[in-house]
Amino acid sequence: MSGTVNGSLNMIGYGLAAIGPGVGIGLIFAAYINGVARQPEARSVLQGIAILGFALAEALAIIGIGLAFALK
Amino acid sequence: MIYALVPTQFTPPGPIDFEYPGIAGTFVTKPMLIIVLGSVAVAWFLWAASRRAAIVPGKLQYTGEALYGFVRNQIAIDSIGREGIKYVPYLATLFFFVAALNISGIIPLVQFPATSRIAIPLFLAIITWAIFNYIGMRRVGVGHYFKAMMFPPGIPKPVYVLLAPIELLSTFFFRPITLCLRLTFNMFAGHLVLLLSILGGEYLLTKTGGVVGYAAGSVSILGGIVLTAFEGFVQLLQAYVFTLLSALYIGGALADEH
Repeated sequence: MSGTVNGSLNMIGYGLAAIGPGVGIGLIFAAYINGVARQPEARSVLQGIAILGFALAEALAIIGIGLAFALK
Repeated sequence: MIYALVPTQFTPPGPIDFEYPGIAGTFVTKPMLIIVLGSVAVAWFLWAASRRAAIVPGKLQYTGEALYGFVRNQIAIDSIGREGIKYVPYLATLFFFVAALNISGIIPLVQFPATSRIAIPLFLAIITWAIFNYIGMRRVGVGHYFKAMMFPPGIPKPVYVLLAPIELLSTFFFRPITLCLRLTFNMFAGHLVLLLSILGGEYLLTKTGGVVGYAAGSVSILGGIVLTAFEGFVQLLQAYVFTLLSALYIGGALADEH
């Protein structure tokens, strides 16, 4: 059993850092689905807001992966 | 037993796979060719779609008008208002350019999203940053622009100590930086995942072999195909998000609170 795992601890850090945005994006789309289920005619209005919230929450995860590769 | 399956000489894809040697000199590289081809393709598409504008549109004209109308109605008017029509040419250019360079990541034989090189999104983000700041400053004057941004009314005085620097940093630094990084690293991570599933699957099928190698390799290649379709969706979504955020920043500079 001679196996070594090579790699960077950065990626584990990134995995942990991605939990936050993951939960956030889940909450955003949960609220969006709830809203559409209650009020189907509000879909077009809610869609833009949901995508915007998703983009802003996702920025955190994206900064995380950027730093995981940038900081050696 | 699991360790025996881990191929030790397989080198996983990394940032090095995004470095392309120059084709002719150091200036002409694959990403650079993709930019040129993408621009030509977008220009040709829009020209061909609007060349023979008919009252009953053909397929090409219909597609072009639907996409342009999407940028005009769903992005510009919805997030800026009627004033936003003035900025549709810029937003549409942004949308088509980013979408073309993103989608080059899943076009067979090209298969490299040029926007995963940070220079391109950075350049576009700086243009957006300059435009929305210029609009805001021209509308209300430099002093009032900073005052309205850093000291929005109706907030208890002590909070301004915290709020003013955050608002300043957010508008001048984090907006362009996140706009740029969001696009770059979405494309970067997406391309990396595709490389990993296809190269890993190929390695498992050709080098590892055996029942486990063939089974895992097939699953990996199939996963790569499914992920390619998903990546196409993400690429169009990110083009939309980039344009939407640019429109929102311009709309913020035009809004009456400023």
